[in-house]
Amino acid sequence: MSLIFDKSREGIGCSILSELDVEPVLFPEKLKRTKSLNLPQLAEVDISRHYTELSKKVHGVNDGFYPLGSCTMKYNPKINEEIAALAGFTKIHPLQPENTIQGCLEVLSKAEKYLCEITGMDNMSFQPAAGAHGEFAGLLIIKAYHKSKGDLKRTKIIVPDSAHGTNPASATMAGFEVVNIPSGDDGCVDIEKLEAAVGDDTAGFMLTNPNTVGLFEKNILKITEIVHNAGGLVYYDGANLNAIMGIARPGDMGFDVMHLNLHKTFSAPHGGGGPGSGPVGCKSFLSKFLPNPQVKEYSDKYEFSNSPDSIGMVKSFYGNFLVVVKALTYILTLGKEGIKQASENAVLNANYMKCELSKIYDMAFDDICMHEFVMTLENLKKEKGVSAMDVAKMLLDNGIHPPTMYFPMIVHEALMVEPTETESKATLDKAIEVFSDIYKKAMAASELLHEAPVKTPVRRLDEVLAARNPVLKSGDRHTD
Amino acid sequence: MKILKDLMYTKTHEWIKMTGDKKAKIGLTDFAQDSLGSLVFVNLPEVGDEVSKDDSFGDVESVKAVSDVFSPVNGKVSAINEELLDSPEKINESAYDAWLIEVEDIEENKDLLTPEQYEKVCNEEA
Repeated sequence: MSLIFDKSREGIGCSILSELDVEPVLFPEKLKRTKSLNLPQLAEVDISRHYTELSKKVHGVNDGFYPLGSCTMKYNPKINEEIAALAGFTKIHPLQPENTIQGCLEVLSKAEKYLCEITGMDNMSFQPAAGAHGEFAGLLIIKAYHKSKGDLKRTKIIVPDSAHGTNPASATMAGFEVVNIPSGDDGCVDIEKLEAAVGDDTAGFMLTNPNTVGLFEKNILKITEIVHNAGGLVYYDGANLNAIMGIARPGDMGFDVMHLNLHKTFSAPHGGGGPGSGPVGCKSFLSKFLPNPQVKEYSDKYEFSNSPDSIGMVKSFYGNFLVVVKALTYILTLGKEGIKQASENAVLNANYMKCELSKIYDMAFDDICMHEFVMTLENLKKEKGVSAMDVAKMLLDNGIHPPTMYFPMIVHEALMVEPTETESKATLDKAIEVFSDIYKKAMAASELLHEAPVKTPVRRLDEVLAARNPVLKSGDRHTD
Repeated sequence: MKILKDLMYTKTHEWIKMTGDKKAKIGLTDFAQDSLGSLVFVNLPEVGDEVSKDDSFGDVESVKAVSDVFSPVNGKVSAINEELLDSPEKINESAYDAWLIEVEDIEENKDLLTPEQYEKVCNEEA
């Protein structure tokens, strides 16, 4: 289909702006643009049709099964949207006096309280706009803590290779040197390697738990103890919290700082722009370093407060506030029992699928998994030349979004499947049937898989060409 | 999988070829390019940079992943293969011709693998 720029016609536009009823104020000459903006010119109806047409070509969680590992693509309940659309939440201004937005402050305060209850943290800031942003803020807190003690030699963050890919990136962004440690054969942190890596230069250790192969770290207390004994802090990447909500708390495991993904675990939309919310939480001895401002609850009111030791602001104002409204709605809808049940069902669904699929496909690890599991198609590739990519592409033809591919990197030809708790047994059974059907095709006629997808709006994309010679401007096209 | 008899290797899948007294070219092995898949970017150090044994001197990015490239020796970069910056696919096409860097003033490294030893490493990983 054509781009919106291709549909542009000179002189066509929307006339939705009402007449100016105040004195016009002109920009100073030196600030004025010399050229007009390069924006497409279309009527409102054509813009609407353009985006509706685009929306019909995508696959979202409202279209079908979306088992994208590590991303927790659960269904987003409509009540969240209804509550977040209330005028009291939308028709406010971030600079409004505090006494006129007490309800909004209460939302932030309550969400902080409940999420701290779920995670075992003492305080939380909603400023970070995404998971990696929360990691970045958390690492700045770790940095500020060591600095406040005059301990400037702690420049290293240890990250196991089963962590989320964002962990080393966030640590580097925060100015740390990253020390990578390999995981053991069981897919968990290698305790000996960790013991050898810690020292008086260790600022902290980042752990994704359950880790990216879907396993709960076995030696969790030992891990936090080793890092604490070396003088480092322990960071919990809460991206996979969907497996443990209401059951186990990072705070009780000895973690000092963590982030959550409200747009994953707490059912706010994820993908397609979100927006996201990656609150950063910490134990009380670190609370003074949290981003400013924090909401404080008094007996008769809520107020913003600023800590002089804060790492500062990491986003304008209070983060993506409406995402917090959606997350709080979700927590209050599910309640204490429902939160726990969601995690139990997430783990049950993953194990059901893993168990059924392991009759056909090889699994990277045999243990009982948490909320996700990793398949390895290495043998299928060797024997039939069918790669994880080929299987993923054929899933598209069956109306299923592919699992995460080629990650974690410690597993070859990996497909990482996270069904989430919001899928029914019938959906899982249908998906299992599709997977086994694809396997049969791979055995009988592997060329069919190399052809896939055939039913999608675009066929197999040339991602090598796209990476080597990206076309970033409308009007430019690859000619071959 | 191709392993050339006149080169030395590392466990991390680099090859090294002596091009003079204390001078050598370093590249990625055929096994490495095959596991990585189609390469789309190559980051190389600058001429004059010091490289140390087992430390990363650059990285290669494929459609699957970014991987560090480790130096088999201590030394100083005397040349880089600039052609690869625009055409990383040369590594996929011919891994043993597509050298990444040339290093001079190198110190001897007794840990390098012979072609036979390297073949074993590959067989274990495959």
